[in-house]
Amino acid sequence: MSREHLLSISDLGREGIEGVMQLADSFKEVARRPIPKVPTLRGRTVATLFFEASTRTRLSFETAARRLSADVMTFVASSSSLEKGESLRDTVETIDAMGIDAMVVRHRSAGVPSQVTGWTSAAVVNAGDGQHEHPTQALLDCYTIREALSEKMGRELSTDFSGLRIGIVGDICFSRVARSDVLAFSLLGADVTLIAPRTLLPPSLEGWPATATADLDGVLDDLDVVYLLRIQAERAGQVLLPELDEYHSRFGLTRERAARLRKETLVMHPGPMIRGVEIAPEAADLPGSLVTRQVRNGVLVRSAVLLRLLSGTAAGGVDASEEPGA
Amino acid sequence: MPELLIKGGRLLSGTGQARGDVLVSGDSILAVGEGLEAPLGARVLEADGAVVAPGLVDLHAHLRQPGSEVAETIETGSRAAAVGGYTAVVAMPNTEPAIDEVSVARDVLALGRQACCEVSVAGAITIGRKGERLAPLGQLAGLGIHLFTDDGRGVQDASLMRRALEYASDLGVVLAEHCEDESLSAGGQMHEGAWSSRLGIPGQSRLSEEVMLGRDLALVRSVGAPMHFLHLSTAGSLEALRRAKSEGLPVTAEVTPHHLTLTDAEVASYDSVYKVNPPLREASDVEALRQGLADGLVDAVATDHAPHQAETKERPFDEAPFGMLGLETALSVCWTALSDRLSLAELLAAFSTRPARIARLDVASGGRQGGAVAAGQPANLVVFDPEASYEVERARLCSLSRNTPFAGRKLRGRVRHTIYEGEPVVIDGEARR
Repeated sequence: MSREHLLSISDLGREGIEGVMQLADSFKEVARRPIPKVPTLRGRTVATLFFEASTRTRLSFETAARRLSADVMTFVASSSSLEKGESLRDTVETIDAMGIDAMVVRHRSAGVPSQVTGWTSAAVVNAGDGQHEHPTQALLDCYTIREALSEKMGRELSTDFSGLRIGIVGDICFSRVARSDVLAFSLLGADVTLIAPRTLLPPSLEGWPATATADLDGVLDDLDVVYLLRIQAERAGQVLLPELDEYHSRFGLTRERAARLRKETLVMHPGPMIRGVEIAPEAADLPGSLVTRQVRNGVLVRSAVLLRLLSGTAAGGVDASEEPGA
Repeated sequence: MPELLIKGGRLLSGTGQARGDVLVSGDSILAVGEGLEAPLGARVLEADGAVVAPGLVDLHAHLRQPGSEVAETIETGSRAAAVGGYTAVVAMPNTEPAIDEVSVARDVLALGRQACCEVSVAGAITIGRKGERLAPLGQLAGLGIHLFTDDGRGVQDASLMRRALEYASDLGVVLAEHCEDESLSAGGQMHEGAWSSRLGIPGQSRLSEEVMLGRDLALVRSVGAPMHFLHLSTAGSLEALRRAKSEGLPVTAEVTPHHLTLTDAEVASYDSVYKVNPPLREASDVEALRQGLADGLVDAVATDHAPHQAETKERPFDEAPFGMLGLETALSVCWTALSDRLSLAELLAAFSTRPARIARLDVASGGRQGGAVAAGQPANLVVFDPEASYEVERARLCSLSRNTPFAGRKLRGRVRHTIYEGEPVVIDGEARR
């Protein structure tokens, strides 16, 4: 049987997502320990291959691996032989030859993690590939929503998002976060609405489990979760979009719109957040804002993903009595 | 003169088919008929009931020489062509340097004279294919060059294309357009549609082809000069072509085997062997192309044979070059997919007779291609077994490159022998030159 990888949310399916959530729960307790570590992956090596700079995501994965006592090897493209003209394949095969159990791959081009699976025997985790997918971001988003719903509504932790209305606002077309989130949220039963000008929607939504609108104000009151995507500054003032202030007025979570939100409405953003563009400076600090919680949960969820892939099967969790060995 | 007897073949005609032997003497057919005797010392090739037909003519092959001899040469490309049943190919001018001046054209033509099939040359429309200044079309026409194209790119500047058409019409040569408005295709790595949206790969809209085709048809209508359209790939393009032809505009068009058989869904593998320009489109486009070929709207099947070194096709999808191999598999690929839509005779017309005419390589134009299997005709022939089947194996390709999207696929119909100017250059599927 071929190795399990995490290239797309569709590799997991609903049960897979639920499995990751439950594994992540078991790491929550570990994170609170004085030494937040378990020995589960001692002797295993996780390599992070970041061909595109992203310090935050890389650190999140490396922290996640270290909490499982895995050894961590870091490959950053700017400090590498790629600049000397080495091919992607040679780079991957060289790192593979060092004896790696998991490769966490970030690349500016869609499909690279999938290509990499052909060149290594390690489990491959997609840490963001071009405009394709960013599955661990979607997993941490699901985890964060699940946690917040439980706390706010005082209900049990549940990955059943049936009836939940989630609006994803902004640069859908160019966003790997949007592609993974749409798949994950809808797998868990949520109603997903994409809110963007047509120029920032994918050319075709055929097969997308989501509806689309350009009227944020028309749907805002119905949303349980407002998920804002980052707008890249270079997108504005060109052919796809007028200047950023127009974007802010049509699609930003302005102070006025923030004031309209229900108390329990959740506000999310994958970071880095540009205050004043997709979100008003004040709105970012609303009680419903989950932005810092998303970052914290990222480590838990990534530990769960690594454990799932490296323990062979979807293991039952972490024994809380385990302590890091000598 | 060396003589050759092709024994036990099938000859296609407008009304059906008949068994027949073909006796070749020197570079011409001496006799056709049943029960011909091999003269003393003649070579005998068994056809075993396979179809003997005029050799295939490819309007669109990238032979990569000069400039990219690691991917293909005129020798290896023409050998691949011969194995595919071709006795003539038109070499595209997007070499390094481009075929935009007499000395480069002469070199390519000279190398072509030692090749395994006739190597005709298309010249560039503009210097360096940059779309800025006209190439010396007149001097190049003086070498016998009849087709001109900046293929790999379309001519972006409408005014320049208008003047090029006017200038070409004085010379009696034909411009061939790679229809791609770069303002609409910029950055696109595959067909823009449901798959590109899902895969997160920037797409090339059908619009980029159709907008330039529409522009060019308006230019043809105004200038009154003929034009050939390369590798049309969309249903909308074929609709526009149909209107233009019914209006009587002097236009011709080709489609490729891969656009007749594959869709953008293949790209879901992120395997850049499926990356080609124009991109693989949707099932509805494939159907329109098949219909257009079956009803005779489309003049020719052309390969757009585009060899690339393996290493370049292992890059990330958006960094890999566009293009796929075609010469060795074209006829079998099309016969496999289309035998329920058109007869072998009709398919061969699109592979031989009509492209020979478009390239002016036909007998009526003083050339030696696309003729009839009849006494006195040039001995440029293919022996094709429409019932045999085989699996495409990368390792067995004659091309220097390996980027075929058909590897591992089982195809129906196989080229057995190819006879170029009376010489069997391919026997039982094996190149002999």
